[in-house]
Amino acid sequence: MNYYAIKAIYLHEMDRLWRTLFQSILSPVVSTSLYFIVFGSVIGGMVPQVDGVSYGSFIVPGLLMLTLLTQSLSNSSFGIYMPKFSGSIYEILAAPISSFEIVIGFVGASATKSLIVGSIILITATFFAEVRIDHPFVMVFLLVLTCLTFSLFGFLIGILSENFEQLQVIPLIVVTPLVFLGGSLYSIEMLPEFWQQVSYFNPVVYLINGMRWAFYGVSDINIWTSVFTMLGFLLICIVSTIFILTKGYRIKS
Amino acid sequence: MLETLISIKNLSKTYNNSFEALKSVNLEINKGEIFALLGPNGAGKTTMISIICGLVRPTSGEVKVNGSDIVSEYKITRSQIGYVPQELTLEQFETVFQNVSYTRGLYGKSSNPKHIEKILKDLSLWDKKSMRLGQLSGGMKRRVLIAKALSHEPSVLFLDEPTAGVDVELRQDMWRIVEKLRQSGVTIILTTHYIEEAEAIADRVGVIDNGEMIVVDETSKLISRMGQKKLTIQLQEKVMQLPESLAKYNLELASDGFSLAYSYDKESKQTGITNLLQQVKDSGMKLSDLKTEQGTLEDIFVSLVHKEKK
Repeated sequence: MNYYAIKAIYLHEMDRLWRTLFQSILSPVVSTSLYFIVFGSVIGGMVPQVDGVSYGSFIVPGLLMLTLLTQSLSNSSFGIYMPKFSGSIYEILAAPISSFEIVIGFVGASATKSLIVGSIILITATFFAEVRIDHPFVMVFLLVLTCLTFSLFGFLIGILSENFEQLQVIPLIVVTPLVFLGGSLYSIEMLPEFWQQVSYFNPVVYLINGMRWAFYGVSDINIWTSVFTMLGFLLICIVSTIFILTKGYRIKS
Repeated sequence: MLETLISIKNLSKTYNNSFEALKSVNLEINKGEIFALLGPNGAGKTTMISIICGLVRPTSGEVKVNGSDIVSEYKITRSQIGYVPQELTLEQFETVFQNVSYTRGLYGKSSNPKHIEKILKDLSLWDKKSMRLGQLSGGMKRRVLIAKALSHEPSVLFLDEPTAGVDVELRQDMWRIVEKLRQSGVTIILTTHYIEEAEAIADRVGVIDNGEMIVVDETSKLISRMGQKKLTIQLQEKVMQLPESLAKYNLELASDGFSLAYSYDKESKQTGITNLLQQVKDSGMKLSDLKTEQGTLEDIFVSLVHKEKK
């Protein structure tokens, strides 16, 4: 195992976080704070309790997940796409590093950045709503699992993208709608019966409900269903990444 | 006896668009030598070194570096190789020192600021160590690429068109750097368009064209084979037919009848120029001008391909 290479990629990617502090940390904190102000404080005041929790508190796990998903995707997809774009990826491809080691370096750094941002968001949330964590270990597990899974998914997007448009299209067109329609701001029980059934096909519903269970012990979906759905998606991402890197698809001739 | 460092056997590469970039190439590169790979654009030079460095997958054939296979033992072979690409492919926002140290890490070496300092000083980059890469000139960026390639102390260095598009001063500077590296025991393989470059620094030269290795020889031998020059004699009056006395010089009479072309070997002690000019004078022709020119790389390729076919 080339530990020095993993460390080099990891620290190189983390450097990007410190260089772009505003974009990486302040920007998601500000946008999430606005969600708390608008939905939690203003609209939340007019909404009765949901599943025994105030609306302001209810949306905390969903907004946390929204941030983690989008951050993990953008961190890792940009992380691998930028060297492709600048051409500097040659030095990674020419170095004595296995595909597995490359993935650990990029995905590890992306997941770390997302965890840092997620932790800051969680602290920020306590200024706007009453936050209670009934199952802290499950919460940490889900945080790490989500960051890793979506960082890996972002890595795949970065590898497969041939231009900036393709890099943006999946997060914007697919992931953001899934998150908003995944119950981050409402309980799916509030939906009409038909849309409730449609929601069960949205994987993000399982993530958000898993996290909501970790916070308040309430969920529309069984916690184990949520965890296994996440693990299943992680497995799909791992297999796809191994396949693409082994074939050298879109990175090697 | 010379020890082989890189052994290439029947190496072929066909890209997805069916372009055959390499056609069963065989080559051996010796330890400690400077080997120049010459060829026109699209000849297969970059493909060949990209395969050895792990950037392109071979379609068939075998490449060994120091006895290790580049595919099955890629970690061993790549850790011995440094690669300087043709394009100035650098990230913009990192400092020189950070970026060179990063490359050392990628090659599985622990951090060694002293070694990085030495490389940067050798390449006259030490005073730029804290500058962002985006702030450097093209020449400095090329030096950074060399510094990165040397950061992990490789035993073999690949330079892909290291002097393409650089000014004369920097080109000569590059040649000095290459010679210094060779003296430190590094084997160097470089690709180039410029025959003068190969002549100046390479021990051996390989000429590749259309994916085939046409010739591999010691530089001095190749230069003497390629050393044809052309003397053009401009005449004041039109000549319809050459006199018999000039037949032995194999002169080419221009279609307008106002110039004669004479090819000669510049390495030869007796070029025949003096006698030719005397004969021209004796035959009553009056000169208006003289011009000599070195055969171009294109002429040399044509000549080599022609010889191969024969």
